[in-house]
Amino acid sequence: MSDLKKIKDELLLKLKSKLNLSEVNQMKSDLFGKNGLVSSQFKKIGTIAETERKKFASELNVIKDELQDLINLKIKEIENEEIREKLQKEKIDITLPERPFVRGKIHPVSQTIDEISSIFSEIGFSVEEGPDVESEYNNFTALNTPENHPARDMHDTFYLDEKKERLLRTHTSPVQIRTMLKDKPPFKIIAPGRTYRSDSDQTHAPMFHQVEGLHIDKDINMGHLKGCLNYFIKEFFELDKIKMRFRPSHFPFTEPSAEVDIGYEMKDGKIVIGEGNQWLEILGCGMVHPNVLRNVKVDPIKFQGYAFGMGIDRLAMLKYGINDLRAFFDCDYRWLNHFGFDPLDVPTNYRGLSR
Amino acid sequence: MKITFDWLKDHLKTNLKEKNLLEQLTNVGLEVEGVQNLSSDKELFKVAKIIKTIKHPNADRLKVCDVDVGEKEFKKVVCGAVNAVEGLITVYAPPGSIIPKTKTKLVVAKIRGVTSYGMLCSESELNLSDESDGIIELSSGYKKIIGKSYFSKSKSNLIDLSITPNRPDCLGIRGIARDLAASGFGKLVDLKKKKIKSNNRHSLKVKISKGKNQGCSIFGSCLINDVKNTESPQWLKDKLISIGQKPISAIVDITNYVMFDLNRPLHAYDADKIEKGIIVRNSKSGEKFTALDNKDYKLEDGMCVISDHKGVLGLGGIIGGTRSATELDTKNILLESAYFKPGSIRTTAKKLNLDTDAKFRFERGIDPLSIEDGLNKATILIKEICGGKISKIDVQKIETHKTKIIKFDINLVEKVAGFKISTKEIFKILENLGFKFKKKNNFFELIVPSWRPDITQEIDIVEELVRISGYDKIRIIDPIKKRKKSTLNKSQKLFHFLQRSIASKGYLEAITWSFTDSNYNNYFRDAKKEVKIVNPISTELDVLRNSIFSNLIIYMNKNLDRGFKDLSIYEIGPTFTGSKPGEQNTVVCGLSSGKKSRLSWIEKERNVDVFDVKKDVVQTLIEAGYKSEEFFIDNKTPNYYHPGKSGRLFLKKDADLVAAYFGEIHPNITKKIDMKTESLVGFEIFLDNLKLPVKTLNDQKNKFNVSDYQKSERDFAFIINKDVNAQDLINAIASVDKNLISNIKVFDVYEGDNIPENQKSIAISVTIQSTEKTLNDNDLESINKLIIETVENKTGAKIRS
Repeated sequence: MSDLKKIKDELLLKLKSKLNLSEVNQMKSDLFGKNGLVSSQFKKIGTIAETERKKFASELNVIKDELQDLINLKIKEIENEEIREKLQKEKIDITLPERPFVRGKIHPVSQTIDEISSIFSEIGFSVEEGPDVESEYNNFTALNTPENHPARDMHDTFYLDEKKERLLRTHTSPVQIRTMLKDKPPFKIIAPGRTYRSDSDQTHAPMFHQVEGLHIDKDINMGHLKGCLNYFIKEFFELDKIKMRFRPSHFPFTEPSAEVDIGYEMKDGKIVIGEGNQWLEILGCGMVHPNVLRNVKVDPIKFQGYAFGMGIDRLAMLKYGINDLRAFFDCDYRWLNHFGFDPLDVPTNYRGLSR
Repeated sequence: MKITFDWLKDHLKTNLKEKNLLEQLTNVGLEVEGVQNLSSDKELFKVAKIIKTIKHPNADRLKVCDVDVGEKEFKKVVCGAVNAVEGLITVYAPPGSIIPKTKTKLVVAKIRGVTSYGMLCSESELNLSDESDGIIELSSGYKKIIGKSYFSKSKSNLIDLSITPNRPDCLGIRGIARDLAASGFGKLVDLKKKKIKSNNRHSLKVKISKGKNQGCSIFGSCLINDVKNTESPQWLKDKLISIGQKPISAIVDITNYVMFDLNRPLHAYDADKIEKGIIVRNSKSGEKFTALDNKDYKLEDGMCVISDHKGVLGLGGIIGGTRSATELDTKNILLESAYFKPGSIRTTAKKLNLDTDAKFRFERGIDPLSIEDGLNKATILIKEICGGKISKIDVQKIETHKTKIIKFDINLVEKVAGFKISTKEIFKILENLGFKFKKKNNFFELIVPSWRPDITQEIDIVEELVRISGYDKIRIIDPIKKRKKSTLNKSQKLFHFLQRSIASKGYLEAITWSFTDSNYNNYFRDAKKEVKIVNPISTELDVLRNSIFSNLIIYMNKNLDRGFKDLSIYEIGPTFTGSKPGEQNTVVCGLSSGKKSRLSWIEKERNVDVFDVKKDVVQTLIEAGYKSEEFFIDNKTPNYYHPGKSGRLFLKKDADLVAAYFGEIHPNITKKIDMKTESLVGFEIFLDNLKLPVKTLNDQKNKFNVSDYQKSERDFAFIINKDVNAQDLINAIASVDKNLISNIKVFDVYEGDNIPENQKSIAISVTIQSTEKTLNDNDLESINKLIIETVENKTGAKIRS
């Protein structure tokens, strides 16, 4: 038994010194290998007197487990130390910049169009489109603006032929005509898109964006129009309280016609939409003129409804505090970066319009 | 239309305040565009006389004037106007006054070394007219009030209204008063209609010839003999000045006054200059006359002219001529009050590019029954101020005014407006607006007042009623949140997807004009037709774009000039193939310049290249749901791409529409437009050429088939002629066994040492996997052999041993 005690004591002593993994493994095989110190003790079991044998074997097993645990613990210790050292060596300056990436952006007008579509989607409007080049008929005549109507003066028109039969649409209203000629009522559509007027200064661009709205059914009246726009304006500006005013105006293609103002005030040189005492005109609307309905073969006795048109760029300017309309189309990298939206910021009904 | 509350009160009895007035004007649809306070600052502007001028010692065009402003000492004022001569009576603005046009405050300032105390004003600087040539020249009558304020001391503000084109009646103060009265804002004052009592013969013969499309249907006139044209009395001057008009002479001022008051344009001729009589007729091509704007006009056939036996005197309802103009010494006057047809006025004015106050009114429609009222009001004033003998009124007519009658069902009001107006209220409003009515069985017959050409049908009556009752009475009906049709159709969904997909790859979205500079457009026009704009806003925006590249490159260049180098921008929008509606395509076009990973401590920098844009195009199309296995790419591209470094992509091999182009921009173009960048690559995806997905996402996600049998990867290196495409090798390998070959990847392309000239080595890794079993060595070996054989036979390649 003293042999065993000696082996244990020796091991404990050895383990105290600094060892590497192979040295410990060597010690392991010295003890437990085929001819190892512990293994040879087991071989002795047969030679020991029967009376002693049981006790010897049991003590041997205890010692063996003890020694094994000691060695395994040491191995673990060394391995941990090795990993620690390795990690220590691998340490880098984590404040160095990440790998380069580029970030794309969505133009504020596109974002605003998506916001508008999302809002009107909720109340059952679908999106229609029309071409940028229009016939004089669709852009004016069908919209109850015959030739020699003074209202045409308000639209500085780009023409594509000398006879003035083809032009760049001056508003999105011709989409009303196309939609109503193509299908049968009821109609409930919005039509966002590019529009053009040969007018250019600080507050006018030769190209801008409008969204048209049209809702025609059997019993749609001015109350529905007011309700629809009231809903839109609150949703768009993401405000519960916003003053809105309908005021009589004139458009050849609607009767009665209205312009809509919203309340605002100036705070620190910025426009704050809401309940201020100033009025800001944001859109034109009205009940679709019976002449327009007749022009598209819709019976104005049976069907009636409203239409509206608003400037998308202007809405974007008001919502996002952009001062200069011309900058929308100036393509300045810094501007696009500053006012652009992340492509993953998709305005939807369920996650809301903005973050 | 400019008005003052004071003038309105000539027609409107009211106790309400100006603040209420402004609100009410807007409420009835007469939008207030601005309110100008005339009284406070404008009192500073004084009538003044130039006593002496000397040339400025340091400037040829400037003068130093001694100006009498009614004070003890003359003021020294530096002035550049040519007409600043000794003796001129004009308007002086002292230091501290604010110039209405520029809104700048005057200070005592040295101008080229000479101190100037204030300034002498032009009409345009005082917002009186657009006249900016020279300073105001006042008549000698103003001599008496040198040093007094030029503007009247009226406390009434100038109110600027925006009158919609359907309301000519509101181009007169009385029309505005009528609308206000109908809405409950005061009471319309009855006009004390004075009539001329005269037995004097109208001795000038007037005739309207009955030509085709005669633009004049009524011509009323009156002769006034032995007048003494003079300056207007102060009340009349003040009235005109109060709405921003400049008084000229009594005759002119009176006609203007009647025009603004009643919207009844009049024209005064010097009767002595009219040869024999007046003939209203259509012009003949080539006829000429000099108009009151001192310009000569050459007429076309069929314009409505007022002429005498010698020739054209003026364009009816648009502008008079110099030959028959009245002057201060005019003795005998013919005063015209006529009706000209709006269409005729508009056509003529447009052809001659003429815009006048009279034209603006006649083209909107003047009250045809106001002819005699206008003549009466004006002639009585002329007689009062200028004396003279008035003749009887002569009215020539070729058509009589037809009263418009509208059948009106009062139920329509609620049907359209959504709220009820009582029958009593309805008729009160209509009566106040000048309508007369008769009750028939279940509807009413309304007689429309002659001053309302805009009212032609029932809906117009509804508008009048809703407008006067107030739009605030319209109740809000909340929208129902119900959708019957999907918001976007498939092509709109694709547009939306592509737009955001490209942005997610690092491109900034731009929106540029649909038109462009034809010079730039030509670079990218390829074989497309040029679409010219007849009236472009500038020569740099003279055509519709055939490709988005033209604009992107212009703006890319501007950004490069701003010092940016590595730019990626894109636009999704229309390009045009012709000038007919619908001859347009929707294109996503992107452009990248410079380098990737410029100045990075960790990544190697390199120029952007064709494979960057190829990746953007292919990845975007895959993300949009198209199958990359079916894509077919070749190198036939438009001439604005680098012929050797560009490609076109079809969704399928046999497809006839190009889905996209991508590549380097042709170096000739970047050289010609002097673009300073290391590299410029771009792409175009043609949305209209992409087949819209038939399957919904739901269908696509239904089946999930994968193989869990072991897969093995085999590498091959082929030597092949340089002009054979990698795609051909890939296709050949894919054709061997579609079921077993699950992936093919090119992992190396090599030319140079150990490879014969004109040849290249392409290394390809092929993944082989069965869905039915684990392949054994024999299976794999036979596939290997088959792959080599097929590639060698189909492409002429040789396996590299």
